[in-house]
Amino acid sequence: MEHYVSLFVRAVFIENLALSFFLGMCTFLAVSQKIKTAFGLGVAVIVVLGISVPVNNLVYNVLLAPGALEWAGFPEADLSFLGFLTYIGVIAALVQILEMILDKFFPALYNALGIFLPLITVNCAIFGAVAFMVERDYNFGESVVFGLGSGVGWALAITLLAGIREKLKYADIPAGLRGLGSTFLVVGLMGLGFMSFSGVSL
Amino acid sequence: MANAKEIKTVLFGPIFANNPIALQVLGICSALAVTTKMDKALVMCIALTFVTAFSNLFISTIRNHIPSSVRIIVQMTIIASLVIVVDQFLKAYAYDVAKELSVFVGLIITNCIVMGRAEAYAMKSSPGMSFLDGIGNGLGYSVVLMVVAFIRELGGSGSVFGVQIMPLISEGGWYQPIGLLLMPPSAFIIIACFIWILRTYRPEQIEKA
Repeated sequence: MEHYVSLFVRAVFIENLALSFFLGMCTFLAVSQKIKTAFGLGVAVIVVLGISVPVNNLVYNVLLAPGALEWAGFPEADLSFLGFLTYIGVIAALVQILEMILDKFFPALYNALGIFLPLITVNCAIFGAVAFMVERDYNFGESVVFGLGSGVGWALAITLLAGIREKLKYADIPAGLRGLGSTFLVVGLMGLGFMSFSGVSL
Repeated sequence: MANAKEIKTVLFGPIFANNPIALQVLGICSALAVTTKMDKALVMCIALTFVTAFSNLFISTIRNHIPSSVRIIVQMTIIASLVIVVDQFLKAYAYDVAKELSVFVGLIITNCIVMGRAEAYAMKSSPGMSFLDGIGNGLGYSVVLMVVAFIRELGGSGSVFGVQIMPLISEGGWYQPIGLLLMPPSAFIIIACFIWILRTYRPEQIEKA
């Protein structure tokens, strides 16, 4: 149990996907103008990460890993080179299914997330988390915790950034730094702040 | 084939006038994490330029046969296949670099530059021009990446491409390395300054407040 808690805390704070691995930056910078939309996107990312990381973990261990096809009579098969193609396919399919389910059963949530859901397919945070999961050889339980944890971390980061940017609207920023430039600076400073978590020993 | 002037705009426009990172805000996702060392960044630049150029070429070649409802999937498949080629190539011939780049080679798939150019340019231009557009955007990305990597490696470990330029104090030299430059946040701050300088020289890029 302790192992899972520490993995979760590490994924949320110490190895924050957005601030220490720069993943999901495109949406991170583009959709962080308002707290409300940023939070909606954050929730969507948590859901997609929480599902897609464990599912890809199963796919990898049952189909792609070296020797995984033993149950089908191919003990020497090593399909791990097909990894990227498979993960992106699984993510795209999951997002599509999620979209249909939300549309049918939770129309309110669907309308709130609407435009962001399809965008999540190409969000590097999802793909990055999946790739990290494979590289670090997590088992199924760990991958669930890691997926949820990194999603929460990403959502936290984008909501915080949106909060700061809402306040920054009233600041008098040098012309060349307006918009993108100042956002980069703020993200850099937030990253410095999050680095202080790395002193936490688990 | 278009005339020489058009080729020049397509090829060199993205470097300063229409830089994919600084102006279009594309592809920063995987860009910043690989800039602590210049050789790492260089491999990443070559890989990305290769993938962008060829995905543009292939997508543009078959653009009239792709039904628009499934075009994203088709583009994704082409891009993912190209990235697999690059990844296998790196693992075979440059294993150490491939290990250091870890997941970031794979992340070229979700790099918005590749997808963005395929969608915005290759779907409506001829194969030759799309190929050049891919190279141009790859170069624009490379310029930013190499500048950031140069500052970070020189300031953070006193070397360029792994060759020691400024001897470190810990090894009997005189240079005290700036540890911050090796940390993730410094990349954001350097990019912010890059954008600031670029926009000071090209005021038309300044955003309205």
